[in-house]
Amino acid sequence: MSALITEPFLVSLLFGAVTAGLPLLLAGMGEQISEKAGVLNIGLEGMMLCGAYAGFLATYHTSSFGLGFLAGGAGGMLVSLVVLELCIRRGLNQIVIGIALTVGAEGLTSLLHYVQFSRTYPRLAAAPVLALPLLDRVPILGKALFSHNALVYLGWVLVAGLAWLFRSTYFGLHLEAAGNKPAALDAAGVDVVRTRSAAVLCTGFLAGVGGAYMANVGAGLFVPFMTGGSGVIGIVLAMLARGRPLWVLIGASLFGASLAMTTALQVAGINVPTDVVQMLPFAVVMLVLVIFARHSVLPPALGTPYVRGER
Amino acid sequence: MSARDRAPGGESIPAAVLRVLVPVVLALVAGSLLLLLLGKNPFDYYGYVLERSLLRWGGIQETLTRMAPLLLIAAGLIVAFRAGIWNLGGDGQFLLAAVASAALAPVLIGTLPRGPVLILCMLTGALVGALWSLVPALLKARYGINEIITTLMMSFLGTSLANVLIKLVLSDPGTTVPQTRTLGVDDRLPRLAGTTVHVGLLIGVIAVILVHLMMTRTAFGLKLQVLGTNRAAAVHAGLRVERLTLAAFALSAGLGVWGSVRADWNPALGLLVVPLVFLARFNGYAIIGFTLFFSALMVGGETAARRVGVPQHYVLVLVALLLLFLALVEYLDMNRRKRRGAPGP
Repeated sequence: MSALITEPFLVSLLFGAVTAGLPLLLAGMGEQISEKAGVLNIGLEGMMLCGAYAGFLATYHTSSFGLGFLAGGAGGMLVSLVVLELCIRRGLNQIVIGIALTVGAEGLTSLLHYVQFSRTYPRLAAAPVLALPLLDRVPILGKALFSHNALVYLGWVLVAGLAWLFRSTYFGLHLEAAGNKPAALDAAGVDVVRTRSAAVLCTGFLAGVGGAYMANVGAGLFVPFMTGGSGVIGIVLAMLARGRPLWVLIGASLFGASLAMTTALQVAGINVPTDVVQMLPFAVVMLVLVIFARHSVLPPALGTPYVRGER
Repeated sequence: MSARDRAPGGESIPAAVLRVLVPVVLALVAGSLLLLLLGKNPFDYYGYVLERSLLRWGGIQETLTRMAPLLLIAAGLIVAFRAGIWNLGGDGQFLLAAVASAALAPVLIGTLPRGPVLILCMLTGALVGALWSLVPALLKARYGINEIITTLMMSFLGTSLANVLIKLVLSDPGTTVPQTRTLGVDDRLPRLAGTTVHVGLLIGVIAVILVHLMMTRTAFGLKLQVLGTNRAAAVHAGLRVERLTLAAFALSAGLGVWGSVRADWNPALGLLVVPLVFLARFNGYAIIGFTLFFSALMVGGETAARRVGVPQHYVLVLVALLLLFLALVEYLDMNRRKRRGAPGP
């Protein structure tokens, strides 16, 4: 056991946890915004995948990582535009459309990738690293937490920003009302459809950037189906966090750690099947739910389209 | 939400057929535009799909065979959705049950005749699936914890656990590929006379029809519908256990179809069946039609993609287009009826 508590092991575990956790964090926070406003984005996975593809493509052609992230965000927003039009404006079933979008994004991105690259998977150059001055000299933590791509720190700042947005701004209040009692928001003179639309666009953007990070920084390449269930984990994280961004960060780090665990264990010379380690976070969460079961707090209007005047 | 909007209306059969045919045609047209953009001939593609899945005898048989697990999963979902319960954990329930029954069969076959073994395996599959959904069910019934989260999580756990079991515990010592022991062809589900289609199809069709009748014609079905339309009418644990058993029945299908289960095999059927069940308006007969179409597309799509030279995932784009157009036409239809002054929900 003592072999595990070595510096290389801890660094690779923590570093991996942050890298693997960031896409989950961004997507989870995005989903949280939507859920708060009463929209269930089952298509989150599709948004991440489109973001990953668009982001990879932009960075591949321009070799700029910043542009890649922006393109990823745009790719995710493209998918959320469909949700906006069909589910929010027209009130189509959110689960059906969400699954359709995920399946469609899987098909479309692998199709486009095939058309452009056939069966090759070109690699990108290593992403630029911004080492935070002074902090990066802290033993272990410096290398593990403070020597990442700048987007990682932006993600952390966003956690605080989102918490502030939810708690202290009118927009946050509108989101909350759109999910809890849309009719009241409407009566107060705020457009429910517009509020929810804004929320869904934010979700698409964040999930897309998360996907782009996964492709460009995490993997360094795009592979069809590469998000592999991250979107679903994002949905679960958002629901478990009950509207608090900090809990998304905690959850995403936990999942990131378990994803990174296998690699880290291999560094330490221990071979454990990936599946066992990946089960851990879900098993823990289920256990916690069973032991400390409380009534879940979800917006009452989650998943229901808003039609003015209908009860 | 949906059980209410989609209460089976007095819809005439031609209108119902039209409501399905229009989106299918639209999806195929949109799909061909995409193929044209890629510089491929869409008629070639659709021709191959049709030829492979429905025009050749072998293809028809394969299409019908693949329908079996879809039908069983759908049967389970009808119950859950009509009762207003969002069971999105079909994948984990399905895989785990498949693994359990696939592991059990080769062991039992040495000591028991085929009939009892197969029945035992199906029951085991159903039981495993039901057990796997027990935790979300209890959490929902007792504490009202949202079942979307819990079933999704249990689904992840289930697929991982299935992989672990196959790789570490149940793998066939005969090969290096991580898979369970293969069941001899003679010991699998019996085939329908003169075909390669096994009785799973029959079981599936019967299950869907029985579930449909149960939901529309019995007091128990009515109770579940009430539960679905009015949550306030108390969620009873007793009711849910029943649906779980049925949802789980879907899972046992894995056994007869493949004979062995390979690690990392996850057809993600559970999630794909979800929209089909919705769009059939939870109607059992419509679901049979939908699964036939879907299964044909899956069987034909792979070969056709290879022949025309597009990646086989193109079929996923088609499926997505189909779902989108189905939902859209459903919406327009609903609007039209509302305008005609049909009584509101």
